[in-house]
Amino acid sequence: MLFALEVTITGLLVGLMYSMVALGFVLIYKASGVFNFAQGPMTLFAAFALVSFLAFLPLGFSLVGVLVIMVALAYVVERVMLRPLVARPPLVLFMATIGLGFFLEGLTQAIWGTQPRGLDLGIPDTPFDLAGVFISRMDLFGAGIAGVLLFGLVWFFQKTRTGRALRAVSDDHEAALSVGIPLRRAWTITWAIAGVVALAAGILWGARLGVQFSLTLIALKALPVLIIGGFDSVPGAIIGGLIVGASENLAEVFLGPPVGGGIKDFFPYLLALAFLWARPYGLFGREIIERV
Amino acid sequence: MRLHTMEGSNHPPVLEVKDAHVSFGVLKALNGVSLHIEKGEILAIIGPNGAGKTTMINLISGVYHPKPGRIFFEGKERTTMRPHHVAALGIARTFQNVALFKGMTALANIMMGRHLHMRSNFLSQGMYWDLGQKEEIRHREAVEWVIDWLEIEHIRKTPAGMLPYGLQKRVELGRALAAEPKLLLLDEPMAGMNLEEKEDIARFILDANEELGTTIALIEHDMGVVMDISDRVIVLEYGEKIAEGKPEEIRNNEKVIKAYLGTVRR
Amino acid sequence: MAIFPIPLDRWGFFTMMIFAFLVVPFLANDYWISSIIIPFLIFSLSALGLNFLTGYAGQLSLGHAAFMAVGAYGSVILYGRYEVPFLLSLLGGGLVAAGVGALFGIPSLKIKGFYLAVSTLAAQFIIHWGITHSKWISGGGVYATIDTPKLYLLGWLLDTMMEKYYLTLVIVVLFVVFGKNLVRSQIGRAWMSIRDMDVASEIIGVSQFRYKLLAFAVSSFYAGVAGGLLAFVYYMAANIEEFHVHLSFKLLGMIIIGGMGSVLGSFLGAAFIVLLPIFINRLVSGWGVLFPVDLLANLELMIFGGLIIFFLIVEPFGLARLWLTLKDKLRLWPFPY
Repeated sequence: MLFALEVTITGLLVGLMYSMVALGFVLIYKASGVFNFAQGPMTLFAAFALVSFLAFLPLGFSLVGVLVIMVALAYVVERVMLRPLVARPPLVLFMATIGLGFFLEGLTQAIWGTQPRGLDLGIPDTPFDLAGVFISRMDLFGAGIAGVLLFGLVWFFQKTRTGRALRAVSDDHEAALSVGIPLRRAWTITWAIAGVVALAAGILWGARLGVQFSLTLIALKALPVLIIGGFDSVPGAIIGGLIVGASENLAEVFLGPPVGGGIKDFFPYLLALAFLWARPYGLFGREIIERV
Repeated sequence: MRLHTMEGSNHPPVLEVKDAHVSFGVLKALNGVSLHIEKGEILAIIGPNGAGKTTMINLISGVYHPKPGRIFFEGKERTTMRPHHVAALGIARTFQNVALFKGMTALANIMMGRHLHMRSNFLSQGMYWDLGQKEEIRHREAVEWVIDWLEIEHIRKTPAGMLPYGLQKRVELGRALAAEPKLLLLDEPMAGMNLEEKEDIARFILDANEELGTTIALIEHDMGVVMDISDRVIVLEYGEKIAEGKPEEIRNNEKVIKAYLGTVRR
Repeated sequence: MAIFPIPLDRWGFFTMMIFAFLVVPFLANDYWISSIIIPFLIFSLSALGLNFLTGYAGQLSLGHAAFMAVGAYGSVILYGRYEVPFLLSLLGGGLVAAGVGALFGIPSLKIKGFYLAVSTLAAQFIIHWGITHSKWISGGGVYATIDTPKLYLLGWLLDTMMEKYYLTLVIVVLFVVFGKNLVRSQIGRAWMSIRDMDVASEIIGVSQFRYKLLAFAVSSFYAGVAGGLLAFVYYMAANIEEFHVHLSFKLLGMIIIGGMGSVLGSFLGAAFIVLLPIFINRLVSGWGVLFPVDLLANLELMIFGGLIIFFLIVEPFGLARLWLTLKDKLRLWPFPY
């Protein structure tokens, strides 16, 4: 029983980190109606950049350095890719992000090669004992950071003026324009925030798994999170992430052994498929109504 | 004014809607509306914006289902039928905002109207042999007839997305007619047209009704057109039917005049 | 020849056939045939399959490579383990892939757009897991790879490059002709109606479910046959690692660049992908000293990604549309009016 609890808690903590990755997707989807397939490569890019900075700068400055780069990236993406495609159907924008993903992937490998790098955050690997249940310190730390970031983003979107403006943009581009919200700046800001989220995800997952190619696949894991939570819902990303994290861990531990393991790789997708059937718009997503 | 002798009314009506209620969340679009469409007639559905006219057409198309309420086609119940089965019954329509397949030519769009008449299977279409080929040719002839009839030969091969608005509406009409429907639903077929274009479309509608015997229900805002070409008129307001009858009766109906605030034209 | 109504097209097709069947074998050396032309043909076939589903029917698919894998393993198992004759094995593999594809297409009854795309991505991961974790399929080896036995077609051993080339060529040509007929038929039109305006399509009588499912099945069939060909003629093995999610995205990129909703586009896109590395190599080899080998491979990715974006912005109908425009000009040449 205790073991199950342990597995669940670990899963939840990991889930929170999935939530964070999913949040990056949700933000961009909310603001520009496009699913950003480049979020994964962006995560990898940010992580590698951080590792490079850390080689000769302390953590604080390194973070700032990478942040500057991600904001610059957001600006370039907005100018070169989003602006020319502004009037196109979402499918086109989505495919453009696939192209962007390839581009970033090539760029990342061109600059930093394909060797995995370690990311040492100085967290000791000793487990934390909570009334008999053992929890990894790393997981706690990751969940903690993710939690703080999530809280900060939710606060940003609900309470600040810019945040509200961004929500208006995601609701209706034209209406937002008509009340004077600069669309392009809104997009740049959103992509920059997504870049920040990518950086955070890159740090946490990079510390956990090492900075390497498979980080991009973590981003793909966020898709089931979005299906379950709803593509355009921030609370959905959080809860969806928790569900995915907990369920995949439980499935791996309890269903895994007889079939040779690896359940984690696809279980979230199976769950997502079930949701797609029963509740296509996820727990908190908004239903899209088409007028004929 | 239309002088039109109706066939013997011992046929069941082509379409009958009984006490239909349709809601979108808290918005009640149709509140217990009943109507019937007689074989061979042209029925006009009019009313101010938001009255529920397009909802009614969508209901008849099977896009929405009445909750509660019942729908009958040629006497048989078809309340919960899905749109593509409704189409198979013999109901075709045009849309308020032209719903042509923009990536296909005008010809291809009209060929889509023949969809339900096509029987050949996957393999014979892939091999374009015998049955597949013969059928394609046969239907192509039917479509060419429609194109001739609507006088749109010159734009057959133009991608639908590139056509001017008036021609798009005509191609859409062609697509609906190509299906050889028993009931034709037209949602504002003349919206956004000038006088000349309206006269053309009115002519086609009348010809379809007289030459081809098609029963027609249309939504229209232009009162002059409504008076001229319809046999009967139904007036909706705020999701309810407020009047029904011959055009002259409707024109002088107080409730209708009030609903339109006196915008009924001569 | 109703699929080529324009004389220029007809001549072009016949010239290409003559070129492919008679000229290429003499001009090209073994390296070109085995490493460039054969993969080009096979990936074109797969891209064409994806085009049916995504380009014509408008259903975004991110799992195409997985269906290729099903075909690869299916055909190799049928041929190697059950000794089914080669052609039947190949088609059998394709049919299994078609079935699996249709299965993952069932959600299209209720969902569309990105949501459906996620379903196809689920297919990619589930199939990957299924193949690697099923001893019955993978044969139990550590890497889930099955080597293909020697290829006998009707008693004839096919092991020279030339023989493999002809086999691939004939199969691809047959499938392409079938495909071209299909897209010009009512089925093709029904698919495009779903892509352009699915609500209207349903209202005028097109059964969305039937045609979407058909698109999934046909698309996966082509993928399966392509996968089988890869296993027998190119990789000489059914290897799940060759059919990863990356390939699914690459195939999508192929049809974006080549042209969605176009048979020719599938070929142009595949040619592009296959030739791009060579092109970059030749271009940069002059400056070989300055560029490490790594950079070339990554340059490829960057150019590929950049071109996807470029085409989406500038010519969303891809190279195929550019070609059509060029052809139009050629037809009227030298009178541009």
